[in-house]
Amino acid sequence: MAKTNIVARTGNEAMAEAMRQINPDVVAAYPITPATEIVQIFAGYVADGLVDTEFVPVESEHSAMSACIGASAAGGRIMTGTSSQGLALMAEMLYIASGLRLPIVMADVNRALSSPINIHCDHSDTMMVKDAGWIQIFSENAQEAYDNMIQAVRIAEEALLPVIVTTDGFIISHCMERIEIIDDKDVKNFVGEKKLGNYLLNVDKPITIGAMDLPDYYFEHKRQHIEAMIESKDIILSVAKEFSGLFGRSYGLFEVYRLEDADCAIVLMGSTVGTAKAVADNLREKGIKAGVLGLRVFRPFPKEEIAQALKNIKAIAVMDRSDSMNAQEGPVCLEVKASLFDDSASPNNVLNYIYGLGGREVRIEDIESVYKGLGEVIKGKSKNKITYLGVRE
Amino acid sequence: MAKEKKKGWKALTKGGVIEGGGTAKEFKTGDWRSERPILLSEKCINCLACWMYCPDSAVIMKDGKVAGFDYDYCKGCGICAHECPVKGKAIKMIPDNHG
Ligand code: SF4
Ligand code: SF4
Repeated sequence: MAKTNIVARTGNEAMAEAMRQINPDVVAAYPITPATEIVQIFAGYVADGLVDTEFVPVESEHSAMSACIGASAAGGRIMTGTSSQGLALMAEMLYIASGLRLPIVMADVNRALSSPINIHCDHSDTMMVKDAGWIQIFSENAQEAYDNMIQAVRIAEEALLPVIVTTDGFIISHCMERIEIIDDKDVKNFVGEKKLGNYLLNVDKPITIGAMDLPDYYFEHKRQHIEAMIESKDIILSVAKEFSGLFGRSYGLFEVYRLEDADCAIVLMGSTVGTAKAVADNLREKGIKAGVLGLRVFRPFPKEEIAQALKNIKAIAVMDRSDSMNAQEGPVCLEVKASLFDDSASPNNVLNYIYGLGGREVRIEDIESVYKGLGEVIKGKSKNKITYLGVRE
Repeated sequence: MAKEKKKGWKALTKGGVIEGGGTAKEFKTGDWRSERPILLSEKCINCLACWMYCPDSAVIMKDGKVAGFDYDYCKGCGICAHECPVKGKAIKMIPDNHG
């Protein structure tokens, strides 16, 4: 097993540390409010000569992603970081990065979108770009954020898709935790050198990228992109397997926690997965068969795997830290329900809980109330299909 | 014109990359023309106004004289015919419904 160093780091520091060890060719960023310190810490590494990276301080997040696209198309290994409004401003360029199949890796701290103005955690920003063709990986804590960043480089370059690695704003980004840092040289070996296919700086093989693609080819290129997303599932799993073999921490498309024999389960992602696991432990001591499915990979969505993992659960609650404003349900709930729909034997007792918008605290008691609701469903009582957890009437 | 067989998604380069240099030349920009110019050589005085005005450099010159039009790139705008100073015009625009 590779040597690790135990340190205390915030989520932001952990992600910046991973970026230092990855040592990308270019980082282009613009810290719009509410950005986090990730790129600021990284800029310090650049100034101190700890990395070889060209740091490009641009004039907006839109430009940040544009510069990343140019640098990635040129052939470099490219990273950036953003959050909330900044991610929203990048949205146009996110589609261009993924459509051009550029393996950019981005650290994204989940925070609410204005308006009303708010800088605290929810998943609205990341959910806003869920259809932008980027792989999206969520982290439960700073350790996962660090590990996910390192794996994301390999995933992106093997899938030829850009990857967003998220943490929950403040809860992970600004809180200090004990984490295990891998040795610099082991990270360097793990990420390896970028394998170059077509790239603009290759004077021996000129190419055109970003050409006009009218009705006779656009659809075919989108179909390729869809296939890349489907195939990325196996890449994510094989990179995780190699990572776990070297460094001991296991990852999948999602984490199942006490789910095998569970009657009721909560499906959710991000930092609240940890809270839900703690509540499940408490309930198990009282004889209630509670389980948790903590989603790690939201894009690609692990449809078949989730249907399989939930097939014997009697009542399921999907907790969404954002709402789609569709007068229906949150985005994670819709995806989970769609995953279950194709198999008529799948459970259909699914409740949706919208929680924690704009950084609203989610406490142990809140999660207990979710399991309590599931208990009532199992006893045959009817419950509201959607609950806005903790909202004052 | 024979229809080219277009590649399926599995055969295309990833991300719409076009391999090789100078490929814009292969892009035949004239295929959306609805009219085409025809040269009436007997009326032409070789003033070269059409050659100067053509926005797509589609007027073909041979030995210092106008020899016709390059229909791969001519977009059928009719500027050449409009600018031709000869009474009765040495260029005629005719309907073109090529595929
Ligand atoms: S019709 Fe227009 S494009 Fe064609 S030759 Fe005349 S001027 Fe040029
Ligand atoms: S403008 Fe008319 S006359 Fe002059 S060269 Fe062209 S076709 Fe001939």
